[in-house]
Amino acid sequence: MIKDALEHFGKFVAWQPQIYKKPENRSMYQKEIIRQMYDIGIGSLGIVFLISVFIGAVTSVQFYYQMEGTLIPPYYIGYVVRDMTIIELAPTITCLVLAGKVGSNMAAEIGGMRQKEHIDAMEIMGVNTSAYLVMPKTVAAVLVIPILVCVAAILSLLGAYVASVPTGLFTAAEYTRGVRSFFIPYNVFMMLVKAVVFAYILTSVSCYQGYFVKGGSIELGAASTRAVVFSDILILLSDYIIAVLLTA
Amino acid sequence: MIRAENIYKSFGDQEVLKGISFTFEAGKNNLIIGRSGAGKTVLLKILVGLFPPTAGKVWYNDQNLCVLKPQELRQLRLKVGMLFQGNALFDSMTIEENIRFPMDMFTKRTPAEKQKQVDYCLERVSLSGINKKFPSEISGGMQKRVGIARAIVLEPKYLFCDEPNSGLDPKTAITIDDLINGITKENKITTIINTHDMNSVMEIGDNICLVDHGKLAWQGNKSEVLSSKNETLHDFIFASPFLQKLVNQINADKI
Repeated sequence: MIKDALEHFGKFVAWQPQIYKKPENRSMYQKEIIRQMYDIGIGSLGIVFLISVFIGAVTSVQFYYQMEGTLIPPYYIGYVVRDMTIIELAPTITCLVLAGKVGSNMAAEIGGMRQKEHIDAMEIMGVNTSAYLVMPKTVAAVLVIPILVCVAAILSLLGAYVASVPTGLFTAAEYTRGVRSFFIPYNVFMMLVKAVVFAYILTSVSCYQGYFVKGGSIELGAASTRAVVFSDILILLSDYIIAVLLTA
Repeated sequence: MIRAENIYKSFGDQEVLKGISFTFEAGKNNLIIGRSGAGKTVLLKILVGLFPPTAGKVWYNDQNLCVLKPQELRQLRLKVGMLFQGNALFDSMTIEENIRFPMDMFTKRTPAEKQKQVDYCLERVSLSGINKKFPSEISGGMQKRVGIARAIVLEPKYLFCDEPNSGLDPKTAITIDDLINGITKENKITTIINTHDMNSVMEIGDNICLVDHGKLAWQGNKSEVLSSKNETLHDFIFASPFLQKLVNQINADKI
């Protein structure tokens, strides 16, 4: 198993230079990047909205439950929800979900092209398929996912407000004061670093699984599943490493 | 001209090709024939550069395909067109987009020039007017012809066809053969066709290479097929019970 993992890691690393070679035709790549940006960005807004709002709502309600009756002032709830959202929940949860939605889709799309000989056809035309099929997806994801993560963070704060203020857990003034207290801009930088790293991981791992798929539909399904599982594991691992490095 | 020189290919312990040497001539239909599993497709994929051979060389005139750098290989591939057994048409693109794709990627032609070339290629394969359809909206025979149109859009010097007649009725198969033959002769390109269709062998087989158990079992042309005493060729050609009955009937009538 370790030997297999090392073999895949080596193959993955050796494959990377193929992806970032000079495009055959810049405008074709640009078109593909824009298409991918639309698919990843607009296509994922619904699920990001749903998850972010509920995460914000649940965080505020549960944090209120823990703080109730203590000497901690209620406005701290806004402060804690904001920092938890920005530092951890928005980038990590959003990217874990996107690994499931976008990552599995990429693995299935490229894997399907491999099985239907589309990739062979492009290779014979002279197209660098590693670059044409993977680079636009990676570039699009690295550009769009940080924006989605920012949207997720804002929606989470709105979700927390909607779940707590109208229900009387605390007042709008208390929540707003909390959200505006002790703000450290560096945390936003940390969120964006995480978003970029996670975006790269989820696209490159998923594309790798699709590009090198062998066999039939069962293997394609398995590759799609592996894309999500490995992306999630690597996202969590890199989350820890980034946390250690950027907070040291 | 393409020349395979002592080609060996193994997948693990299984040796699929065992030292095949053959010259595929320009301006001719070069047929690779043989039973299923004989190694035809592997040989074709080695010739086109999709598989590296375990040993041996593939020469495109004076260029050895096996030692080309990726950039040189891409340059060479601009001179290659290929029709796949399953057509490999991009199913989320229209017919026109499929045919235009190589031009979009590799040429700086104007939209009008590209449109003219797409229309010419579609006309060449007798499919004018289906530009906006998707591959799933046309028949298998039409998909083959679109595959040919895409393969010739950049005016290649080498055309590869993997089982161009598989899954087609005899009449449509003849149309495809005529089309490939016409393109080969008009443009004097080197065409390599991987087939086990005996009609193709007898109609367009200018230069035939019979592969059996990974080795070159026979070579010749369509006029030499019937007179050959080669047992492997004989077994291959008369494998069909219908043909055997026909031959027996003719022999009986003669007696």
